[in-house]
Amino acid sequence: MENLEQLVQDGLTAVEKADSLQALDHIRVEYLGKKGVITQQAKTLGKLSAEERPAAGQKINEAKGQVEQAINAKRSELERVAIEQKLASESIDVSLPGRGQDLGGLHPVTRTLQRIEEFFSRAGYTVEQGPEIEDDYHNFEALNIPDHHPARAMHDTFYFNPGTVLRTHTSPVQIRTMEAGKPPFRMICPGRVYRCDSDMTHTPMFHQVEGLLVEKNVSFADLKSTVEEFLRVFFERDLQVRFRPSYFPFTEPSAEVDIEWGREADGSIKWLEIMGCGMVHPKVFEHCGIDAEEYRGFAFGLGVERMAMLRYGVNDLRMFFENDLRFLRQFR
Amino acid sequence: MKFSEQWLREWVNPEISSQELMDQITMAGLEVDGFEPVAGKFQGVVVGEVQSVEPHPDADKLRVCQVSDGNKVVQVVCGAPNVRQGLKVPFAVVGAVLPGDFKIRKAKLRGQPSEGMLCSESEVGLSDSHEGLMELPSDAPVGTELGNYLKLNDIAIDVDLTPNRSDCLSIKGIAREVSVLNSLVPEAPQIEPVEAVHSEVPDIRVDAPEGCPRYLGRILRNVNLQAETPLWMQEKLRRSGVRSIDAAVDVTNYVMLEQGQPMHAFDRDQISTGIVVRMARPAEKLVLLDGQEVELTDQTLVIADHEKPIAIAGVMGGEHSGVSPKTRDLVLESAYFDPITLAGKARHYGLHTDASHRFERGVDYELAREAMERATRLLMDIVGGEPGEIVEVASADNLPKQHQIDLRSRRLSDVLGLEINRTTVEEILTRLGLRVDKLLKDGWRIQVPSFRPDISIEEDLIEEVGRIYGYNNLPVTEPTGSLGLRVNEEATRPVSAIQNYFVSHGYQEAVTYSFVDPKVQTQVDPEREGIALANPISSDLSVMRTSLWSGLLKTVAHNQNRQQPRIRLFETGLRFLQDDQRIDQQQMLAGVVVGNQYPENWVNGRRTADFFDVKGELEGLFSLLGVQIDFIASQHPALHPGQTAELLRDGEHVGWLGTLHPQVQKNLELNGTILMFELSLNSIITGYVPNFKEISKFPEVRRDLAIIIGGDVAFADVERVTRKHAGEQLTALRAFDVYEGESLGEGNRSLALSLFWQHPERTLNEDEVHSLFNGVIEALKEELGATLRS
Repeated sequence: MENLEQLVQDGLTAVEKADSLQALDHIRVEYLGKKGVITQQAKTLGKLSAEERPAAGQKINEAKGQVEQAINAKRSELERVAIEQKLASESIDVSLPGRGQDLGGLHPVTRTLQRIEEFFSRAGYTVEQGPEIEDDYHNFEALNIPDHHPARAMHDTFYFNPGTVLRTHTSPVQIRTMEAGKPPFRMICPGRVYRCDSDMTHTPMFHQVEGLLVEKNVSFADLKSTVEEFLRVFFERDLQVRFRPSYFPFTEPSAEVDIEWGREADGSIKWLEIMGCGMVHPKVFEHCGIDAEEYRGFAFGLGVERMAMLRYGVNDLRMFFENDLRFLRQFR
Repeated sequence: MKFSEQWLREWVNPEISSQELMDQITMAGLEVDGFEPVAGKFQGVVVGEVQSVEPHPDADKLRVCQVSDGNKVVQVVCGAPNVRQGLKVPFAVVGAVLPGDFKIRKAKLRGQPSEGMLCSESEVGLSDSHEGLMELPSDAPVGTELGNYLKLNDIAIDVDLTPNRSDCLSIKGIAREVSVLNSLVPEAPQIEPVEAVHSEVPDIRVDAPEGCPRYLGRILRNVNLQAETPLWMQEKLRRSGVRSIDAAVDVTNYVMLEQGQPMHAFDRDQISTGIVVRMARPAEKLVLLDGQEVELTDQTLVIADHEKPIAIAGVMGGEHSGVSPKTRDLVLESAYFDPITLAGKARHYGLHTDASHRFERGVDYELAREAMERATRLLMDIVGGEPGEIVEVASADNLPKQHQIDLRSRRLSDVLGLEINRTTVEEILTRLGLRVDKLLKDGWRIQVPSFRPDISIEEDLIEEVGRIYGYNNLPVTEPTGSLGLRVNEEATRPVSAIQNYFVSHGYQEAVTYSFVDPKVQTQVDPEREGIALANPISSDLSVMRTSLWSGLLKTVAHNQNRQQPRIRLFETGLRFLQDDQRIDQQQMLAGVVVGNQYPENWVNGRRTADFFDVKGELEGLFSLLGVQIDFIASQHPALHPGQTAELLRDGEHVGWLGTLHPQVQKNLELNGTILMFELSLNSIITGYVPNFKEISKFPEVRRDLAIIIGGDVAFADVERVTRKHAGEQLTALRAFDVYEGESLGEGNRSLALSLFWQHPERTLNEDEVHSLFNGVIEALKEELGATLRS
């Protein structure tokens, strides 16, 4: 039994020296395995008296425990070192750029349209589409613009033959939707429109959103709130809005809408024309088979590029249709 | 419409500033487009008198003048050809500052001292004219400040009138509006009938009363057209943007600007016999006042004598019958022409005149006589002459009818959203000249005056009340009303979902013109002809697109020319096909890809995008939309014959995917391998609503095989045969390797597949799988000539 302490000492020294989990395992087998040198000490118990046996057995167990504890501690230690080494070897330069597909982007016109559509969708408006090659009736006649009306000169019209044109506004979609359905209506008609005009501030194609609300009881005052609220939401500013009498053949009364856009040199508000609107002209209702005594409506229209230019500070309308990637990428 | 503020204030003079006045009329619907001072900014310019003129001793073209400024006489050297003794001129004295900060100092010209400068109109900023000195009337008081003498403290206001407001194309009309807005009464000049002093009258016949419901003529004999138009009239014309010509033309223009009635003066001696108002005969010719000869159409209303046209009615007079300094007798015309008859006629001849502008929009049909009297009086004051009787030919049937409109107060408040008290309404209407004919139980019966042809229905009256009351004084309320519930079709995705898909796959959205260059379109879609515009803006935007590729490829060129090698674009929009007489407008989705598949990066970023990259992206889209699309090898004239797939859904064509044909690419001067797709949006946008299936609790079995197939066998064939023989429990089939190499033999390919089986209700046993797997292998061997790769 004298050498039990020595064995423990030897075992602890060996554990201390072990430099790998494998070596540590060998030590465990050598000392604590079935044939391990400390385990073997149990065989000496048989030579002892029954009185001595428990105490000696306990000593052996204590010795085993002592070595086992050291082994476990060493194992934790070695495992920790191993993980640290692995982590150190796996470290990367996180400042290198990521890989994969980059992000594209929506055209600024689409981006603007989506914001406008979202506003009106929440207010219960449907989004309606229609043909771009339109007949004279839907583009003009039904909108109270008969053949010789001076307002036709306001629309430089592209045409294919006398009865077929490229729509000059999205209003014909309103006519088509009213023809096909029954009031009440709440709709917006976004889309491409065409005018035979091209210079610094005009492109032969641009986008409009026109809106229409038809109810039994709707007034110019309701139109005002709709337009004002929309403009404030769109520009995310509590800007001043004013309504100026104007003329459109398809609305009566009609108004141009100006928004506050900076200040004049003398400190007065600088007004900027932003959209047109009015109460639906009874002739338009008549063309769509709606009783103008029973229903009233308001309509409004705006140019999408103009809204995008103001919103994003774009200074040249023509850039929208050049599709220069250096321009488009600024809107993603 | 451009007018002088001073002139307006002679009619109505509210106590507000110029700016307030302009804001006020803008907010009443007469939008002020701009304004400008009627003269340049100058000081130290007085009315001077040239007392003597001597030749310059050392310069042929210069004169040495003695000029009085009212206090003293100084020497001025002047080069103007019209300088002469006794002339009254604008005189810039030493110390004066002319427009452009031009200071007048003592100077010597070719050795002769000169103290001051005699001025042309342009030198004081009155006009562009520098044809000699500005000549002032002989009664101009010497020494008076020029600005005071000419009342130059004035602005010319430009109003952009909407086409309905023809009543405001005159000082009278604008004064009426300003009076209403300021609760004032306008002061109009008194117009008294001029008494005839002889019995000669023009012989007038109106053969086209629909076009000319009213025509008035009067002879003014023995006029002196050498007489100068008075300065006050010249100045009013100038400030309204009208050039002074001669007294007869100036007076007719003046009356038009003041009253709104366009008029014309003929030289009586140049009209053979009487005046006939008729439609032109085909191919009749007329030389107009501007010198151009036009060939008339039978849609054109003309004023003619018994032989030939002498004017296009309401547009422009003829040169031959026009007045000249030698004219002795005038025939004055004042008429009402029908707006619809005149619509577009001026434009047809490339003209747009002050007269046509007014007649097309509608002149006051009761104004002609008053205007005639006004013009006669003004003319006689200048050119003298002996007036005859007015001859009037009118057709009551064709003149617009006096009409009444009922305005219901209930309707008024319903439309405006505000109840306006009756007195206010009546006052607004009355001031506008809309007479209340009768009080109704719920409103008013309104008599519409002849000068407001735009007012024809109740809503027009409502607008008038709202406009004068002030749109901005109307309340702001939220619309109420029932909103029906809307259908939301889950199986159909919004276009925005597709747009967002492409954006997240690195595509930039483009918006290109719907009309394209036919030369480019022929390259991408040679078998179809685009619908041509009758009036394109240019030849490269002249036909409607039959494919979105035309615009996208042009965009590729634009960007490649700007050092953008990696381009990924998509667009949605209509294409336009002509199908016999029917025009088919289809919503399309198209894309182009050229350059590296990924942005250049530090691992593998320089791989050029190929067919399968784009195909994979489309497959992803189809999964998103829930549609099953087959890619079938096919041919398209714009695409590479070996890299073209036609896309089918349930056997129906939905679009194309392929590589741009190298020849087309060369023709369009594009670089790199260009991949393109175009799909019919409506064919793919509706998929399905998910329907849950029980998840199998039993294990999945995988078997791999590698086969060698001939070059003419497609993967699609392998897939078809495999699926046919793999049994119902095949859950997936994947190709995980494709290899071509010499070792496989000419044209052969090796294809590695993995097959997955799973049964929903039990574990598949080894024998079953083995037998299915062998069945597949045998079928591939037999049907496609495949061999197993060892």
